Amino acid sequence: MSCAAAEKEIIEIDGLGHRYGAGTDYEVKALEDVDLRIVRGEFLVVIGPNGSGKSTLARHANGLLLPTEGRVLVDGMDTRDPNRLWDIRRTVGMVFQNPDNQIVATVVEEDIAFGPENLGVPTEEIRRRVDEAMALVDMGEFSRHAPHLLSGGQKQRVAIAGALAMRPRCLVLDEATAMLDPRGRQEVLRTVRRLNREEGLTVIHITHFMEEALEADRVVVMDRGRIVMDAPPGEVFGRAAELEDIGLAVPQVIEVRRHLSDRGLSVPSSVLTVEELVEHLCQSRR
Amino acid sequence: MSMLRDITIGQYLSGSSVVHRLDPRTKITVVGVFMIVLFTAINAQAYVVLVGFAVLSVVLAEVPPRMLFRGLRPVLFLLMLTFALQLFLTRGHVLFTLGPLVATWEGLRQGIFMVLRLLLLLVMASLLTLTTSPVSLTDGLEAILGPFRFVGVPAHELAMMMTIALRFIPTLMEEADKIMKAQMARGADFESGNPIRRARSLIPLLVPLFVSAFRRADELATAMESRCYRGGHKRTRLHRLRATGLDAYAAAVTAGMALIVIGLRWWIPL
Repeated sequence: MSCAAAEKEIIEIDGLGHRYGAGTDYEVKALEDVDLRIVRGEFLVVIGPNGSGKSTLARHANGLLLPTEGRVLVDGMDTRDPNRLWDIRRTVGMVFQNPDNQIVATVVEEDIAFGPENLGVPTEEIRRRVDEAMALVDMGEFSRHAPHLLSGGQKQRVAIAGALAMRPRCLVLDEATAMLDPRGRQEVLRTVRRLNREEGLTVIHITHFMEEALEADRVVVMDRGRIVMDAPPGEVFGRAAELEDIGLAVPQVIEVRRHLSDRGLSVPSSVLTVEELVEHLCQSRR
Repeated sequence: MSMLRDITIGQYLSGSSVVHRLDPRTKITVVGVFMIVLFTAINAQAYVVLVGFAVLSVVLAEVPPRMLFRGLRPVLFLLMLTFALQLFLTRGHVLFTLGPLVATWEGLRQGIFMVLRLLLLLVMASLLTLTTSPVSLTDGLEAILGPFRFVGVPAHELAMMMTIALRFIPTLMEEADKIMKAQMARGADFESGNPIRRARSLIPLLVPLFVSAFRRADELATAMESRCYRGGHKRTRLHRLRATGLDAYAAAVTAGMALIVIGLRWWIPL
């Protein structure tokens, strides 16, 4: 409550740089001069081609990687302070790419309980949190199932529930939809979007699927370790040529919109989904 | 190559019998005590008590006997060999001769005892895994080994390793199956040739499987760290093991059985 500006931001990144293997012959510069402020309750999407540093950036958010330059503050805590590491990790939950490699236990509810168990939460409270987390991702009926028998989308929902059971303020999805089929991606996105709207959870979603950026509050585009755009989706996709330059394909709707305006039918940049485009075209015909 | 799919881990039969409902710590202890007592039995009376205890356990567990016998089939040869060795190699009063081999009364007695001993050992061990799910077996082991932490037994780490192994066996099986199919699609042959050739043909399967297992381990470690895992210290559990009156009964019956069997060593010497 000391400073209103600091209270608004959950993660503050200042002049962040990261080199892998610093000081060796294999030094690779993965991030350079990254400034980013993530506001509470925000749905932020980070996109970029392979090797653009988006995953490296994500791993700075909970102290899995520590800055080699600059600093990262999570809820006011510096990630380089070893005494705050576990507080930081319970504040920022993380979901990874491969659903198989992040589930620890052989029963769904026991896996979801893994985080709170590590935090030393009392048994009755763990039970409450597990049930609550399972309900939030709509997996309650699978509580006694074996994880390896679930679909990809269901496994990722279990992983999300596992993070939620630690009661984080912020959820980072590190390419969590990359290995899923379209249906699994939909499941995960719908879940995350609902958590963001209804529970006010801050979400940072790292992806290389452009369509997934359409419903974000803000899109950060990365290329070669730097942030090259940081704006609402409408504005980012308005700069289609620049996106294509760094090797990112624009979503189809945006592509259609551009072709239409080339032929003299202008569509406002606020139109981002197929439904909105259909609506707009039907109305303008009248 | 569906053979890899057929392998199941453990052989747990879910149920709600008295034995199923026992605390895993009780069951592990009972089996442990039974095995120790088994090796102190030296007379027929003691074996009657032991067999009675085992039969009572099987009946109470409501496990179909054929499930138990299925587990015994692979060791049938070993049992027969043990019996024959005891029969012919023990010195004493001659029972009959078979060419150069001399069977003795003492040998017959020793042979029967030895076979009974092995049979009881196997039956009780299978009964434990048939009536206890891998998850509670792991929890039980962790709890039992817990007190030995102070003499350097890594109880929590062992239990965590078991859990992760159980979790990843099906995943790695599936992966092995996938790699095998991919190699077969490119002409690999896993099924013909002599055993050495066949073993060598597994190399292109094992190398990618190991590489992937290490990658998985690395990612799992990262995921566990993100979920605040830092060993067993100060960790709590979702499921707390709870002993009931049933466990007290089981413990009392087992203690009684142990006392009688050990006592019989002195009451009726040989």
